[in-house]
Amino acid sequence: MSFPDPIAVFRTEAAELLEQIEAGLLDLNVNLGDKDQVDAVFRGLHTLKGSGAMFGFEALAAFTHHCETAFDRVRKGEVPATQELVTAVLEAKDHMRALVETPTGDHNAMSEMLLANLRSAVDAAKNPGSAPALKVAPGQTLFKIRFSLPQNAMANGTNPLPLLDELAELGECKIIADRSAIPSLDLFAPTDLYISWEVELLTTQPRSAIDDVFIFVMDEMQLDVSAVEAPPAEKPAPAAIPVPAAAATPVAAVPALTPATSGPADSKPNKAAENVRVPAEKLDELMDRVGELVIAQSRLSQLAGGSGDLQLRAVSEDVERLSGELRDTMMVLRMVPVAHLFSRFRRLVHDLAHETGKTIELVTEGESTEVDKSVIERLADPLVHLVRNSCDHGLETPEDRLASGKPEAGHIFLTARQQAGEVIITIKDDGRGINKERVRAKAESSGLIQPNASLSDQELYQLIFQPGFSTAQTVTNLSGRGVGMDVVKRTIDALRGTINVASYPGEGSEISLAIPLTLAIIDGLLVRVGSGRYVIPLSAVEECLELSIEEDMRSRGRSFISLRDSLVPFLRLRDLFRTGTKPDPFQKVVVISTGSERVGLVVDQIIGDHQTVIKGMSKLHHDVATFSGATILGDGDVALILDVGHLVSEGQQQEAHLRAAG
Amino acid sequence: MNEMMRKISENIWEGREELEVLTFDIAGEVFAIEAVMVQEILDLLPETVVPGAKAFVGAVINFRGKVIPLADIRLAFGMEATKPTIDSRIIVIEIELDGEPVLAGIRTDKVNEVTTLLRAAGEPPPSVGMRWRPDFIDCLVKRGTEFIIIPNLQVIFSAQHDHRHAATAA
Repeated sequence: MSFPDPIAVFRTEAAELLEQIEAGLLDLNVNLGDKDQVDAVFRGLHTLKGSGAMFGFEALAAFTHHCETAFDRVRKGEVPATQELVTAVLEAKDHMRALVETPTGDHNAMSEMLLANLRSAVDAAKNPGSAPALKVAPGQTLFKIRFSLPQNAMANGTNPLPLLDELAELGECKIIADRSAIPSLDLFAPTDLYISWEVELLTTQPRSAIDDVFIFVMDEMQLDVSAVEAPPAEKPAPAAIPVPAAAATPVAAVPALTPATSGPADSKPNKAAENVRVPAEKLDELMDRVGELVIAQSRLSQLAGGSGDLQLRAVSEDVERLSGELRDTMMVLRMVPVAHLFSRFRRLVHDLAHETGKTIELVTEGESTEVDKSVIERLADPLVHLVRNSCDHGLETPEDRLASGKPEAGHIFLTARQQAGEVIITIKDDGRGINKERVRAKAESSGLIQPNASLSDQELYQLIFQPGFSTAQTVTNLSGRGVGMDVVKRTIDALRGTINVASYPGEGSEISLAIPLTLAIIDGLLVRVGSGRYVIPLSAVEECLELSIEEDMRSRGRSFISLRDSLVPFLRLRDLFRTGTKPDPFQKVVVISTGSERVGLVVDQIIGDHQTVIKGMSKLHHDVATFSGATILGDGDVALILDVGHLVSEGQQQEAHLRAAG
Repeated sequence: MNEMMRKISENIWEGREELEVLTFDIAGEVFAIEAVMVQEILDLLPETVVPGAKAFVGAVINFRGKVIPLADIRLAFGMEATKPTIDSRIIVIEIELDGEPVLAGIRTDKVNEVTTLLRAAGEPPPSVGMRWRPDFIDCLVKRGTEFIIIPNLQVIFSAQHDHRHAATAA
């Protein structure tokens, strides 16, 4: 057993904390009064500071301390949360990431600048004229309570904390401790009470309820209570204004009125604590072991089936069931909800909105859809490109939007859903849509298509994924350089996925990515060619038919079969693989397709469908393009998985070749 | 290129005077590879031919749930194919190619023993009078009346990226 590097562990933990902080900040940005989020951000910062200091990240700890202090003040209600403050802390958060990654780098100048930002944001938030933290709703009264207990109160058994708690139960409460009376340490008596309190209480209860709180200590204490009808411009009033108790007029109590400032009760249970962090490679290892187990088990059942020993058979069946379940559990372990992926786009959109001066709202849906971990990781880049593109090109400026009768704020919809073994991720915007004419003009001028070539809309839209293609008339900081979309295309192809584009002029565009749920397992069709067995991904199989002897003879030399009045080129796998064996008398054709292109594969026998755990091909076989991977069959043999994309393009080439020849 | 590789390969001793190796026979010659490279010695397994792959790594096997290529060193040395016998074994080695560890099996006619070779008995491959590419051989070590060949697997496997293909496809 090796122990993981503690620094590495801290970095992982810090990365997670930073993510939580960011999520909290972004939530807070939407609902500035959300006290839960303030607390969550504060806790995150606090933990980060603490563990940073513990692992020797001094610069990080010192820097985070300032942010924590700022949030502590928000938490205590001394400073209201403002957009500026959230933005300042978001920027500070990015800097913290840099401090985590390169603790030794020179970050002082940056730190100073960000802290200055933060301070000015805090000051601005404190300024008079800004909205007070407590807003008075109808039926509520804002009481200002100032009380101090005698110095010997604690020695006499009075505890001020329950009093404060009781006040807090009456309504929304902002408590400020006046610590000015605390003497220097040499004069300090630990049993004495030096603190007095100012409390702003927003409540539906009458004044008498406050008096009830202090009923047992009333005689010895000083208590000033004043009722404020309108929100105060200045917060803590330093001088106690002696208002006669009777002057405060309680407003009729409306029972169970929620305070106006608290957001929707959106208490997500914190699941993080129940999770165990495991390195991905350990999961892969486990997967391999399970694969081996399944193979060993199938040998066992063959043996058991051949013997008459009933007890052996019973055990073998148990093992079969258990290993099957184990494999299913294993598959589930690798699945991660896309929420993880989507969460990072909130920040991206937030920043893009700032940069472009547009108002953009991101709406996500289907975050709980689960996808294989390796797919999620590889999806991040293409999605960033697509979202950027939508924000920059898709959405219009607020003026343009208003001019065309749309709401000022543009929307980006990011949705995920599962559909028959695939996950569909859609990026939709309500912007101007893709300008077909401009795409066509651009494609013609760059020689991608012939002038006046007839293309379907879909074919036209697909052109935007060509390398170097951009219709943006001006290159911006964000996009328009023409790199990016081809990256999207390449990544999605590598994931065996497809891209579908839809666009409605003036209403927006929609790009859907359909990606197989997992890279680790596919449903395959097991076929035999010569003596070798091969797997064809089932998702690509359109139909299977028999190649009759007549058709076989007839098609010699031209390699086409007619399939419902259309000619489909086919490849004889036995020739391609040089099997050197006699063909079976009844050969089969498996028709496979990628999108609109089809090709038939002639095989000797179709064995059946087979769920396949995909194993990568060795580096030494990377030059073999015909196969995308390998798998291990039930009897322990290796079968190769055909690369459909490659075979289809090979078939199409052959077709083009033959057409050209005559 | 070859010069450079040879210099690296002669460092197999890395200043050591002794080397622990596994010796095995292929087509009547005795070969040795450093014992630390060896992962496992397997009985012959069912092989799956990879159509279109180079003959040197023309098949794959299932090694404990992993699909690994099976290499035939005989082809690198231009030796005759021998029929599998009861002694035939596959040696699974881990070798670093382009900075990544790669698992591969090597077909052998017989696996002999783990033994210690002395640097003092070693000789660089003769530059003339050999039917094999000299850079495929790390060094020869004399033991008794015979020579043990320490092949340079790094060079042999890397060479598969280029010229071998043309040679076998023809």
